[in-house]
Amino acid sequence: MGEAIVITSGKGGVGKTTTSANLGTSLAILGKKVCLVDTDIGLRNLDVVMGLENRIIYDLVDVVEGRCKTHQALVKDKRFDDLLYLLPAAQTSDKNAVTPEQMHKLIGDLKQDYDYIIIDCPAGIEQGYKNAVAGADKAIVVTTPEVSAVRDADRIIGLLEKEEGMEAPKLVINRIRSHMVKNGEMLDIDDITTHLSIDLIGIVVDDDQVIKASNQGEPIALDPNNRASVAYRNIARRILGESIPLKPLDEEPKGLVAKLKKFFGVR
Amino acid sequence: MSNKLLPNANVIIKGTKEGLTLHLDDSCSFDMLLEELEAKLSANMKAPENKPSISVRVHTGYRYLTEQQESRLRDIIAAKKTFKIEGIQSNVITIDEAKSQREASEITSMAAVIRSGQVIEVPGDLLLIGDVNPGGQVSAGGNIFILGALKGIAHAGKYGKLDSVIAASVMKPSQIRIGDYLNGAPEPNSEEQSGMECAYVDNGQIIIDRLQILKRIRPNLNRFEGGF
Repeated sequence: MGEAIVITSGKGGVGKTTTSANLGTSLAILGKKVCLVDTDIGLRNLDVVMGLENRIIYDLVDVVEGRCKTHQALVKDKRFDDLLYLLPAAQTSDKNAVTPEQMHKLIGDLKQDYDYIIIDCPAGIEQGYKNAVAGADKAIVVTTPEVSAVRDADRIIGLLEKEEGMEAPKLVINRIRSHMVKNGEMLDIDDITTHLSIDLIGIVVDDDQVIKASNQGEPIALDPNNRASVAYRNIARRILGESIPLKPLDEEPKGLVAKLKKFFGVR
Repeated sequence: MSNKLLPNANVIIKGTKEGLTLHLDDSCSFDMLLEELEAKLSANMKAPENKPSISVRVHTGYRYLTEQQESRLRDIIAAKKTFKIEGIQSNVITIDEAKSQREASEITSMAAVIRSGQVIEVPGDLLLIGDVNPGGQVSAGGNIFILGALKGIAHAGKYGKLDSVIAASVMKPSQIRIGDYLNGAPEPNSEEQSGMECAYVDNGQIIIDRLQILKRIRPNLNRFEGGF
């Protein structure tokens, strides 16, 4: 029996889809059987980020309305041997094509066959959000260090806390720019966590490679040397229960000794 | 009661310094009471014109008056032009009234973070153990005490109780309301203010000050009943 995790944020454009794609990929790298579910009906793009767009035959609405079997609609990611699947959203319907009850049943069925179901939630708090959280056991709230994103995250956390049977949501802070935080021009991690008062599960730095990778349909988590990739993989390991310390930012060592040590490669 | 001995003594008129008090018997029927009241007021009161009106207090004993009965009573007294009703008193209230009175004097405590979009409303005082985040709102018929940061909206004395106060460990509200008065975010210099603060109404405007002055300006907050 698997676990369903919804990735949500309230505000649009903070990186829900990127986070979903990379957490799914990271969990698959760690050997878990994962199914990604895109619930952004009408505005699907998880398939694009995963590079699986041209292999879609059926979609979420087809499954819910019984036009196909669930396994027929699942798109297999060939980069992983039978570990990563995607259930794409429909592009031709809207959010009202599915009800929370139908989603609950669908996710319940998927949980039989997969270790983790990652549900990519649409922006907003309307029907699409309600569908996305309906079947979820856990929630991850994504925010960026902007006042507007934090405000919307706060609203979403309030709504998630009212959901029955849902564990306390966890927080991912996305797109941290270390130099702006250091100059005090950006909300820092402490500001955000005290404000939202939920557990932090990961911090992802802003990195141009993330955009490049998702444009190519190759989630950044596939690149083992990227900073953002390491952050996503660490989140995945924390989901699995490993305790990995949260490093606030990649701090440059200070002082002459530290600089010399760095120069000579001594840690 | 002595008036029981006399016939037609369901209405007793007493004069006080403030005016007249009508004691209405609570064991006779309401219609009898009205009849007698009508008769007594007409018989006794032949007050001359252009005299200041006499204020009248009505005491109904253990009789419960419905709204309809009360308005009939008021009509009869008001028909005599020289009278002005100051108030109608009764020894009894309904269970609903009693409940709402008790609720209005109760302190409701809750441990929660009031997040954006959430609204908490209590009839009496509110004791919140947690923060009010921006976009969140708490309102109370009485006082609001927040053991945490107030960064959203707080509305005390919602039904017009202007002596209500708002106290918070960290006072950084987006808006404060007490009764009908309203105050936007306090000036940024309050950054220096560390420690707890409170808001109250003074001379028609909301003032934010350190918590300790409440003891002086709102002694009614003191509910401690016991010797020391």
